[in-house]
Amino acid sequence: MLSPRTPPAVTAGSELPPLAVPITSPRPDEDAELVDGLKCRDEAAFVTLLERYQGQLLRLALVYCRTKDIAEEIVQDTWLAVIQGIDRFEGRATFKTWLFQILVNRARTRAVKEGRSLSFSSITDEAEMPGEPAVPPERFRAADDPWPNHWALPPHSWGESSDARLLAAETMDLVNRAIAQLPPAQQQVITLRDIEGWTSEVVCNVLEISETNQRVLLHRARSRVRAALEAHFDER
Amino acid sequence: MKGDLMTTPDLGDLTCKEVVELVTDYLEGALPVEMRQRFDQHLTGCDPCIVYLDQMRQTIATLGRLPEESVPQNVLDTLLEHFRRWPRERG
Ligand SMILES: [Zn+2]
Repeated sequence: MLSPRTPPAVTAGSELPPLAVPITSPRPDEDAELVDGLKCRDEAAFVTLLERYQGQLLRLALVYCRTKDIAEEIVQDTWLAVIQGIDRFEGRATFKTWLFQILVNRARTRAVKEGRSLSFSSITDEAEMPGEPAVPPERFRAADDPWPNHWALPPHSWGESSDARLLAAETMDLVNRAIAQLPPAQQQVITLRDIEGWTSEVVCNVLEISETNQRVLLHRARSRVRAALEAHFDER
Repeated sequence: MKGDLMTTPDLGDLTCKEVVELVTDYLEGALPVEMRQRFDQHLTGCDPCIVYLDQMRQTIATLGRLPEESVPQNVLDTLLEHFRRWPRERG
């Protein structure tokens, strides 16, 4: 689920010893039954998992290698690895995390082969490099203004009808193009967090980055997509 | 820390330029309590930043509604073929 809302209120009772795991964490694996089915060679369970995750896997694979053919191969290899490895899957992570780890490892190996490598450390490097501001500085008032660094060119509301406009195929294309132009690590984070709706916890695990770096990348990516939407809506 | 930032009576001590960089931490619930209060206070007096925050929320909602691709039949067939062979391969 997306919708980052207000965090759960911290309950009083801070005198309690800290929990070993975050309160929200021990959620059951939503795929547990299907995984059991898979272990029993249940074809219907396999097809259900395929339908559930194929699109997501493909989207992520495409982040690593731009051609669709290679991405499809990587996804297929991933499923073959699942078939071969499911008996050894112990459920310490969720099936979904395990599945995407397989994909990410394969995609990385493949990307290295294709000369388009994106190692774990380079994701962190990208996050730790200074990024562009979310909004160009010239849209804010100058330092000697009575209201320094407040809006000079404020954003305009996208209006009542914005929902329909946002859903238009034209807008979806624009969003896809904006994402394709992001640096690779930003693409990965925004794809997993906002398109696929993963939690930050899972994204950090799969990409092996810190929460902070994940948020930095997410922030830059969302800011760029927002800017693309704003430019699109303002020009009409 | 607080003393370093300029103070304006209505908007608290954060500037709009700072607010737009804090939006993701705000939406992620990652702002420390005190910073969150300053952020909220800025919003009570700054309509453009409310619009900006709304646009970020709309952006996120739009990303969540990008159409999903279905599994092409030939891919499904190939994988099912492997799947059906699998028990026998396991010797
Ligand atoms: Zn403001």
